[in-house]
Amino acid sequence: MALVVTPHFAPADALEELQAHVELKHPDLVSGSSIDRGELSLDAVASDVPALVEFLRTDETCNFTSLVDITAVDHPGDAKRFVVVYHFLSMHRNQRIRLRVRVRPDEMVPSITDIHPSANWFEREVFDMFGILFSGHPDLRRILTDYGFRGHPLRKDFPTTGYTECRYDEVQKRVVYEPVSLTHEYRQFDFMSPWEGAEYVLPGDEKGEKG
Amino acid sequence: MMDGDLDPRGFSDAQTGEQKIRNFNLNFGPQHPAAHGVLRLVLELDGEIVERCDPHIGLLHRGTEKLMESRTYLQNLPYLDRLDYVAPFNQEHAWCLAIEKLTGVQVPRRASLIRVLYCEIGRILSHLLNVTTQAMDVGALTPPLWGFEEREKLMVFCERASGGRMHMAYNRPGGVHQDLPAGLLDDIEAWTETFPAVLADIDGLITANRIFKQRNVDICVVSQQEVLDWGMSGVMARGSGMAWDLRRAQPYELYDEFEFLIPTGTNGDCYDRYLVRMEEMRQSLRIMRQAIAKLREPEGQGDILARGKLTPPKRGDMKTSMESLIHHFKLYTEGFHVPEGEVYAAVEAPKGEFGVYMVSDGSNKPYRAKLRAPGYLHLQAMDHLSKGHQLADVAAIIGTLDVVFGEIDR
Repeated sequence: MALVVTPHFAPADALEELQAHVELKHPDLVSGSSIDRGELSLDAVASDVPALVEFLRTDETCNFTSLVDITAVDHPGDAKRFVVVYHFLSMHRNQRIRLRVRVRPDEMVPSITDIHPSANWFEREVFDMFGILFSGHPDLRRILTDYGFRGHPLRKDFPTTGYTECRYDEVQKRVVYEPVSLTHEYRQFDFMSPWEGAEYVLPGDEKGEKG
Repeated sequence: MMDGDLDPRGFSDAQTGEQKIRNFNLNFGPQHPAAHGVLRLVLELDGEIVERCDPHIGLLHRGTEKLMESRTYLQNLPYLDRLDYVAPFNQEHAWCLAIEKLTGVQVPRRASLIRVLYCEIGRILSHLLNVTTQAMDVGALTPPLWGFEEREKLMVFCERASGGRMHMAYNRPGGVHQDLPAGLLDDIEAWTETFPAVLADIDGLITANRIFKQRNVDICVVSQQEVLDWGMSGVMARGSGMAWDLRRAQPYELYDEFEFLIPTGTNGDCYDRYLVRMEEMRQSLRIMRQAIAKLREPEGQGDILARGKLTPPKRGDMKTSMESLIHHFKLYTEGFHVPEGEVYAAVEAPKGEFGVYMVSDGSNKPYRAKLRAPGYLHLQAMDHLSKGHQLADVAAIIGTLDVVFGEIDR
């Protein structure tokens, strides 16, 4: 049986070259970098983002002229709770790069809409979903959630069911919002093996603690 | 005071309050047949000219990314079908590529060929819908009827392979769910023989049509710089003369084995993008024929799943081997675990670059999954693109952007 290897990866040496180039040119802006599974990731601090993105866009060797994506990841336990993740693509060099920025919940991230106009909606989405503020954004409104929505749904401490539900009220002849009421408990089964990572107390566990 | 004197204090200006011209705000959608779904545009019009366009999206937001965080990798797969529901196969493909990239699983050749075949079916499904409804947006009624008939035939092929006409859920990490049933390849091949005639009919109906040209030529011209600035991909980039196609530039599956051409436009207007889509369908047909031929070759035979922890054991093994039975049970309850890490996997979906950014914490559920939809960026450029166009062109621009709200709102 022949197996197909999807060449997800750009040639490894080209990525290493790029990594070395960025670190050489801007050691002050890049706090770390790694190549994992054929993807180059750079770490930076929030205040350096515009300078670094501008460098990545205009530098001859980098030429990351397309913004692919901006998103965030929530790690509730950490002091720097959020990771804002930028993806860029260089059509000229046929390479991708990832930029990771760790931010505290009260920290503002400088907007890159002046460098990449396409960052506009992505930053609005990250604000909507995570509540991360972008300074200098022209129009930081909610984008995907309902008008008048409260909370930031993709934070890990936001329940999947949400807090409000709406329905059409036949008496009032309009849509009404109500607190969520579930007729039965939200089904979240835990199939994790009890030998690895179950978070509940198994019946009989208390005997072990006594002894 | 004279009769008809407007100002009792004497004549000052011919303009009364009533005559003062102010810009007109128009609410386009959310329920509008030309909005291609639930799109609300707040348009500021100066006469018939669009001054500002503010798209309000999120009316179809279902919280897919939030839901994914509490489901296993396998349970999440059908959600991908519901993004761009016009070409579902291409989205679930991206999901599987991301998992395969994280786990390092290699796909059997036959499964890869089936994926290529169905990716191209998905591309034709999407382009047929777009090309014909674009014609409908500018006033033609017949093309959708013709195009939908072919879409129906393609959906039958989808159903025969997977059981689902639209939402196939046919991909699996490590291959595809099951092998193609007997005779399906012959029927698909027969269809590829008849489809060019239908495509020629649609071509004859629209391409040289005077009204269609008047409504599309030189409308929504996108320059190469705009493509880069607004992060456009797919047909939006190719229509402006950029030969950028992930199938060629960053080949996944077996695309580097296939012969096909990448059509590009020269003017970057709606009409060029229409022509690019028409040609892409012809190229997809070419790929489909090659895929069918390769599937019939001896190398194209074999298993359709990379047997291992990610995929279920064979039915026969489960009858005789206890380990297989346990594996099957654990796979469909607990699911498989994916090594820690983060990846971004992208495919050339019919609408552009569809990407999955996946962060795994080593458990059976994705810690975070971000779905990067091409339409999101294209619609974002709407304000920029529609400025200075007439109100009637807005419908043509929405059509050419090829927006589907399943993927934009997620």
